[in-house]
Amino acid sequence: MARAITKQKKIMWTALAWGLGLLIFFPILWTFLTSFKSEVTAISDPPVWFFFDWTTENYTAVLERSNYPLALTNSIIIAVGSTILGIIFAVPAAWAMAFVPGPKTKDVLLWMLSTKMLPAVGVLYPLVLVAKWLGLMDSRILLIVILMLINLPIIVWMLYTYFREIPGEILEAARMDGASLKSEILYVLTPMAVPGIASTILLNIILAWNEAFWTILLTTVNAAPLTKFISSFSAPEGLFYAKLSAASIMAIAPILIMGWFSQKQLVRGLTFGAVK
Amino acid sequence: MATQQSRAAARLMIAPAVFVLLVWMLIPLCMTLYFSFADYRPLRGVFEAWIGFKNYESFLTSSSFLKAVGTTLWMVAGILSITIIGGILFALLLDQPMFGQGIVRILVIAPFFVMPTVSALVWKNMFFNVDNGLFSYLYKFFGMQPYDFLSQAPLFSIIVIVAWQWLPFATLILLTAVQSLSSEQLEAAEMDGAPGIKRFWYIILPHLSRAVTVVILIQTIFLLSIFAEIFVTTNGAFGTRTLTYLVYQRVLESQNIGLGSAGGIIAVILANIVAIFLMRIVGKNLDK
Repeated sequence: MARAITKQKKIMWTALAWGLGLLIFFPILWTFLTSFKSEVTAISDPPVWFFFDWTTENYTAVLERSNYPLALTNSIIIAVGSTILGIIFAVPAAWAMAFVPGPKTKDVLLWMLSTKMLPAVGVLYPLVLVAKWLGLMDSRILLIVILMLINLPIIVWMLYTYFREIPGEILEAARMDGASLKSEILYVLTPMAVPGIASTILLNIILAWNEAFWTILLTTVNAAPLTKFISSFSAPEGLFYAKLSAASIMAIAPILIMGWFSQKQLVRGLTFGAVK
Repeated sequence: MATQQSRAAARLMIAPAVFVLLVWMLIPLCMTLYFSFADYRPLRGVFEAWIGFKNYESFLTSSSFLKAVGTTLWMVAGILSITIIGGILFALLLDQPMFGQGIVRILVIAPFFVMPTVSALVWKNMFFNVDNGLFSYLYKFFGMQPYDFLSQAPLFSIIVIVAWQWLPFATLILLTAVQSLSSEQLEAAEMDGAPGIKRFWYIILPHLSRAVTVVILIQTIFLLSIFAEIFVTTNGAFGTRTLTYLVYQRVLESQNIGLGSAGGIIAVILANIVAIFLMRIVGKNLDK
């Protein structure tokens, strides 16, 4: 006996959910609106909502600042680079743990997870020291390596949970048909693993893009990604709300869009399979 | 049917990942441990390799340590209670029949993808700012004196910012748990005449307890190392100096490496206590 849902109830829930949802989303919406205002309109009293002269001058102003394009480039290189490097290390490991589980597989997985829980300040000075010693302070390569290591446990875990869902019978069937190991991997496993690998890449680009401890403390200008660039707005002078908003929107827009696509994978990636 | 050969190959495939993580974890941690027993202040040219537990002693007995622990606890507790209660309510709300559910979901999840420095700056300037912030307009609109959030209630302000960022995470995970609840059980309870509150208390909440535990543990681990939000808003002033921030200041600002390293080791130990509980839950799940 299905429960009858009255239309009235549905409308009530819709109104409540939309209201609260918009409230949560409001800071982003407000930033978006402000980014199209002139600096004077941005701080006008009372605040203006939609009816103002929409302008894109803030975006061009921010883009013309020499540091913004550099920060954007750095963000892309660091986020994508660390993710690719992580995938290179993680795919073989997750693959082996999922398809050839040994008695110690579980311990290795949990140990990897435990490295993720190490507080960054615990290793702050040694890293600064080693980076200076190697001449890698304020370099992209340093951040690529560090962010790769920070996110490697998550990448391994996500891939492991995806690979484990690939049924072993398919492999056996392929073997019975006389498939070699090479064609087994190429034609049977890879097509089934691609969606899992894709979502893992997506989530990790997001995490690396938003990382804001090492990126702030280990860069100055040359390798500074958007996290660091935006934090330099912390002590600004004069009118700057509209420009801050434009810079913010440009920094979060690509990730917001990627995030909406990956929301289903988010739970898997961040709870290590503990919630299904 | 893993043969000897495939076992060996598997080990070879796992080895690189284990090796880099091992290096990443052990070498810096050992260095921190080494420095924590040394008197090392590079700016003054002081270096004495072994001074015993003096750093630990002075770090643990200093008034800033106890204050920092208190601030950290308040911050974590405040953020956890907002996100857990809000998350449960949002999860239940999103589970109701409605129009445009997918869009509401997207709206609620969005803050999680905003980078910490952006959300901290947007809140600091466009909402909390005493001259031009939106909250000041609200206060004035209702004929009240504008309130300077970041200097008069700095801890609360940071809690609001971070809770805003983490509410989506709690909502998303609790929603996943809510949706796995069997509707038959709920319908049976409803037919037996159990009112909404009772259904929530005796059926829904126990079902959610595991997910809530996971959210608490994971968030605690991340929240213990909040950095950017404090860095951008108060820079550790006005009683917002958490343990993480205190160690950062000792190490990088005052360059007292020995003392800061001792603090770092203490932070590692505290985080490990939380981590052990989380690992137990995750480990149990692996056996299934």
